[in-house]
Amino acid sequence: MTVLAVAEHRRGELRDVSFELITAGRELAREIGGDLRVAVVNGPVEDYARTLSREAVDVVHTVDHGAEFNHDVYVQAVAELTEAVDPTVLLLPHTADGMDYAPAVASRLGRPLLTDAVDLAFDDRLAVTRERYGATAEATIEVNADRAAVTLRPTEWPPAEYRGDARIEPFAVDVDEAAVQSNVNGYEEVRGDVDLEGAGVVVAVGRGVGAEEDLDPIFELADALDAVVGAARPVIDAGWLGPERQVGTAGTTVDPEVYLALGISGAPRHVAGVKGAETVVAVNEDPAAPIFDVADYGVVGDLFEVVPALLAQFR
Amino acid sequence: MRILVAVAEVAVVDGEFDIEGQTVPDRFLRHECNEWDQYALAEAVRIANEVADVEVVTVTIGPERAEETIDRALAAGADRAIRIWDDALAAKDLLDPATKADLIARVAREEGPDLVLAGAQSAGEGFGATGVTLAERLGFEWAAAVDDLDLNADAGVAHVRRELEDGVRELTDVRLPAVLTVQTGITELPTGVPDTGEARDGDRAVLNLDDLGLRVAVDGHFEQQSLTVPEAERETTLFEGAPAETAAELAAVLCEAGVDR
Repeated sequence: MTVLAVAEHRRGELRDVSFELITAGRELAREIGGDLRVAVVNGPVEDYARTLSREAVDVVHTVDHGAEFNHDVYVQAVAELTEAVDPTVLLLPHTADGMDYAPAVASRLGRPLLTDAVDLAFDDRLAVTRERYGATAEATIEVNADRAAVTLRPTEWPPAEYRGDARIEPFAVDVDEAAVQSNVNGYEEVRGDVDLEGAGVVVAVGRGVGAEEDLDPIFELADALDAVVGAARPVIDAGWLGPERQVGTAGTTVDPEVYLALGISGAPRHVAGVKGAETVVAVNEDPAAPIFDVADYGVVGDLFEVVPALLAQFR
Repeated sequence: MRILVAVAEVAVVDGEFDIEGQTVPDRFLRHECNEWDQYALAEAVRIANEVADVEVVTVTIGPERAEETIDRALAAGADRAIRIWDDALAAKDLLDPATKADLIARVAREEGPDLVLAGAQSAGEGFGATGVTLAERLGFEWAAAVDDLDLNADAGVAHVRRELEDGVRELTDVRLPAVLTVQTGITELPTGVPDTGEARDGDRAVLNLDDLGLRVAVDGHFEQQSLTVPEAERETTLFEGAPAETAAELAAVLCEAGVDR
């Protein structure tokens, strides 16, 4: 009985989700009564392996093939390693890259796949908790199979911290280059002169604002609160504000003293980007909006009534 | 060139709701075209408007109610629409990505698209796995979470930009035929509600499992054990009353939290 977790790295750095997977894997391995193995594919794998050697990790498997992520290579490497190790549960990150290879690996191996898990349990069968109905309800789903693959939502598990003494084992994969039909040419970064990361107060606006011309009072309020204006994805998609203002895992992760969410429903990838905020205040017309699950204070109401009234308090 | 677009109708909770047994009853749900898929369709239509001789075909897994979503897809510029439904599917509470990929793959093999576009995820279940699973089933290339697409059909390459995390984007070339799962914002959505009166009756087909030569196991790999309202991560103090009152309470909270008045 084994749990195999696949690490993620980008541009020379292991990403936090790798260590979150180790925490989840450690808990699961304990419940299964098996060992925990970690895989790292591409990049300086020896260095990565030493860093991934955390408490309760028994083995780190390294696959040395190329510098960066390529899904064709990952599918071959992870599928071959999974067949060799035969883990009861294969844990993968629910990230942009994770979702660029995990479904293909599961499909290739014929493993049932559940994605975006927020909790795991094992009692004869694997039980995976994930959200349904637009993140308003949580389902626990049992997997009726001896082997499964699961992708884990980032930030749901604390990262594993303590060093361990894992065995490091290189795993040779004879990559079929003819099957590598995608080529990563490079990266771009969203740049702008907006300092969301260092902001003490963030006033963020979502779909509830309704129109670009209705952003003026939001900026006025931000000015009065000495805050930086951020935005949820729909506002960026609509082109009302630039991508440098996007708050969430795809944009900027923020940790201000105060995060004021106006007309933001609270999609998972947005919420994951504001978990570090000390105080979260939400204003939304929908009492069932998931943003209220992460808010310390809230008003169920029309932001166009609340914002001017709040502005009056600070003038 | 043919572009196949996976267009799903999703169920999202509309306001306050109850859970009955292990489901959210229909009366609390709003059924709508998945937002990510709206962008996938808009991108396909954009390509069709820019490149000669492109046919856009949508494929939807869903009951008759989904015809409304199909009306909109046709009005928005799709040339044809295929809907898949069957009593065996109606019996399943949860259609997992592998099942959906198998169904769509049957249609794709018949249609022989050069490009398949799908939303990166659905607003309802949020699996985010159907498109890449479909690609693997078909033996197509793929890219997930695409937020910019430059198609070079003559060279058989899609130049894509993938949205990663922390404001980073990856620039990748993908060989065609390919499945691309798209992020919201990849293109502009048409403004206004499309005139569904423009939808043409003769441009749609409905297929069941026999038509597809498929059997879907009603007892699949997954069995839902419970459905609950998620536990709140923080205890929320709600302020109620007139805007002036709630604003005064909010102001006090903000000052307490470090905002200068």
